[in-house]
Amino acid sequence: MGPLYPQEIINSEFNILIGFFIGIGFGWLLEASGFTNTRKLAGVFYGYDATVIKVFFTAAMTAAIGLLILHYIGWIDVELTFYPKTFWIPTLIGGAIMGLGFIIGGFCPGTSLCAASTGKIDAIVFIAGVFLGIFGFIFTYDLLFEGLRKSGNMGRTDIAQWLGIKDGIFIFIMVVITLVSFYVFQKWQDSHTKKMSESDLNDLGLNKPE
Amino acid sequence: MNKKNKYINPYLGGFLLGLLIIIALYFSGEGLGSSGGFRDVTVAATNFVAHNYAHENTYIGPRLETGESPLKTWLVFELLGMIFGAILSAALFNRLKFSVGKAPHITNKKRLWLALIGGALWGIGTQLGRGCTSGLVLSGMAVNSLSGYIGLIGIFGFGFIFAFIFKSIWIKTKN
Repeated sequence: MGPLYPQEIINSEFNILIGFFIGIGFGWLLEASGFTNTRKLAGVFYGYDATVIKVFFTAAMTAAIGLLILHYIGWIDVELTFYPKTFWIPTLIGGAIMGLGFIIGGFCPGTSLCAASTGKIDAIVFIAGVFLGIFGFIFTYDLLFEGLRKSGNMGRTDIAQWLGIKDGIFIFIMVVITLVSFYVFQKWQDSHTKKMSESDLNDLGLNKPE
Repeated sequence: MNKKNKYINPYLGGFLLGLLIIIALYFSGEGLGSSGGFRDVTVAATNFVAHNYAHENTYIGPRLETGESPLKTWLVFELLGMIFGAILSAALFNRLKFSVGKAPHITNKKRLWLALIGGALWGIGTQLGRGCTSGLVLSGMAVNSLSGYIGLIGIFGFGFIFAFIFKSIWIKTKN
């Protein structure tokens, strides 16, 4: 029964090797999906490219449904995983800072690493910025961030329990929201691509609507 | 610019990414993440340049107490794998070359300054918010954590507001 490493069924060297191979798959999928193309990433916010929504929500729902089933049949105990604690105030504020960084910088950390690896100079500069930002955070932690980062502590909170519904019901609602959003974002993308220039379509790897 | 970029079907990419999250959780109990590895590298660099400062720092000091290298973590090796995976994919699809990605109407110089500033905002935001799009939001949503959904609202919700304000970076405005 999983997870294996937290229960010491595999040793730490083997676990780190697994991390390396998981990384290869992750990097491959981000690149192959077009996430090293900064214009595709920004496209979700302006409606001209729905790829981010499609990949991101398909991944989240696939994983959520899969884990629900594996948990139900007793193959994995989600309680033993990295399951994050909720600190709602710093996560909401930090999220807003990241949202601003997304629009200004055109990447997030994972996509920037893949883009930099494949020769995108803007992504290399972006990563330099990430390191500067993290170092700035470390350097000013006591002065600016310590109290804020520890505020709003709700411990390990499951969103379905927090809403007072079953996990399965919550995931079902999310799947419905996901499918509706796919439809809406596809329509939004079509409204752009039908009047888009050939060079923009080639850059984004998109086609005009049928 | 004339050659068409080929990308895999987004639903297939998302499905495989979802399976990868399940595999990571099953074997290692870890979600897919990126900013954690960036933090580990920054911790190691700080420790290398200013050993005493790093050990006394309230934020990163506790991470150095075990005596193990801060680089010998699952997240750092995952990042190394990502570099290999991205290069393999780009080589296969024939798009491994140096270039600056941007909207056509923006100069390279402006794009690079914005990338630096945007990156720095991510550096601060990930440490304050406890993770990025992959570790906080995607992996968080996979395990139904409230934290992941708050991160989703933060990054994408506020992202849409900021996108409206900074539209000129990505969309050529008619004048």
